[in-house]
Amino acid sequence: MHDNHALMDSGGFLPLFLLIALLGISPYLAAVYFSNQKYRNWPLQRIVFWSFGIISATAALVGPLAEQAHVDFRMHMAVHLLLGMLAPLLIAMSCPMTLLLRTLNISAARTVMAVLKNPPFRLINHPVTAALLNIGGLYVLYLTSLYHLMHESAFLYAVIHLHIFLAGYLFTVSIVYFDVTPHRFSFLYRSIVLIVALAGHKILAKTLYATPPEGVPRTEAEAGSMLMYYGGDLIDAVLIFYLCWHWYKSTAKREPSFIK
Amino acid sequence: MAVNRTNLTSNGFAGNQVLYSSRNFWSGLLFGIGLIAFMDEVFFHQLLQWHHFYDLATTRIGILSDGLLNSFAWFAAIFSLFMLSDLRRRNALWPVKWTGAAFLGAGSFQLFDGLIHHKVLNLHQIRYGVDILPYDLVWNISAVIFIAIGLFILSQTRIAKRKKAGNSHA
Repeated sequence: MHDNHALMDSGGFLPLFLLIALLGISPYLAAVYFSNQKYRNWPLQRIVFWSFGIISATAALVGPLAEQAHVDFRMHMAVHLLLGMLAPLLIAMSCPMTLLLRTLNISAARTVMAVLKNPPFRLINHPVTAALLNIGGLYVLYLTSLYHLMHESAFLYAVIHLHIFLAGYLFTVSIVYFDVTPHRFSFLYRSIVLIVALAGHKILAKTLYATPPEGVPRTEAEAGSMLMYYGGDLIDAVLIFYLCWHWYKSTAKREPSFIK
Repeated sequence: MAVNRTNLTSNGFAGNQVLYSSRNFWSGLLFGIGLIAFMDEVFFHQLLQWHHFYDLATTRIGILSDGLLNSFAWFAAIFSLFMLSDLRRRNALWPVKWTGAAFLGAGSFQLFDGLIHHKVLNLHQIRYGVDILPYDLVWNISAVIFIAIGLFILSQTRIAKRKKAGNSHA
């Protein structure tokens, strides 16, 4: 470890951490409360998913892990997994768009749907575009000097981390339809995009093992890239599971002519 | 599917197997690929630590091919089990055909890994600091044996399928 004292000094992060987590969780709770007056109760597990999604994103941005991530590539990778993969997955599983639509009044909900069906939204919600933004963004970050520059500028750091989260979320919802999805693609199509994107993630992890990003020591790069490789496998397994689970549910309806 | 669906409606279980014959094949094949890739990771990478995550001899195309294949195998392992439950739900599981296809999938992956990845692309070797030839021989010959077992079982089910399809005409 570079600086254990940073870990000690950061004991005061807790109030800020709780404040941000609370700010993230409370709008969701409010929407659940108001929409429960009109419709059947919103499932409890979705509230849990949202809360853990917000907590893992907050843990990536505030506190000891976030501080260490500035100097240690392994910690940066942990941040990447939390912010770019786990938080988006949990948040997608909490179906925020469905919740938003049932909380708004009908005309506002129609406006939201109309916006989502706009060509620009459809373009970035396309599985291929989302995969390129997500995985392609990582190639740009790690294989150019951007990773090095990011630690020099707070602005770049903020923009890049926002991108990591948004692109991760976009990719998740474009592959697995947990939530409202106006324009849908077939199971096979999304499967192929997911396999290629996961392969891109693995290839990048091994490339980083072989050629560390600018300014990253070899041992850190090796441990960090293995964390990226296996951590990515773990979270992608959940994505694959839900994608296949939705196939399993829909294929019974599509081919009902089997013999009992 | 080559069989005529209308002829099978009176044939119950065997009819479902024939009707979903190709889904049995694909589910088994994908499961074989997924299982052998998973075992490769667990035994050779993690437990024995013979394989290396990366060794300096690996080519760029080797990393690419390894990434694609492992990503596909990861997907295959999970999807094949959902196909298996789907077949059970439809009362259409054909265990013999499924097993044959699984052997074929496992053997093919093992042979591809052993010849293309280890030898042509130099991805990593089976083990380091030893005479590699016996390891390569055991690896690839066992792969060929898996393929042979798979093909033999599948050829048996083909005969069985003809009989089952024939019965439904009678």
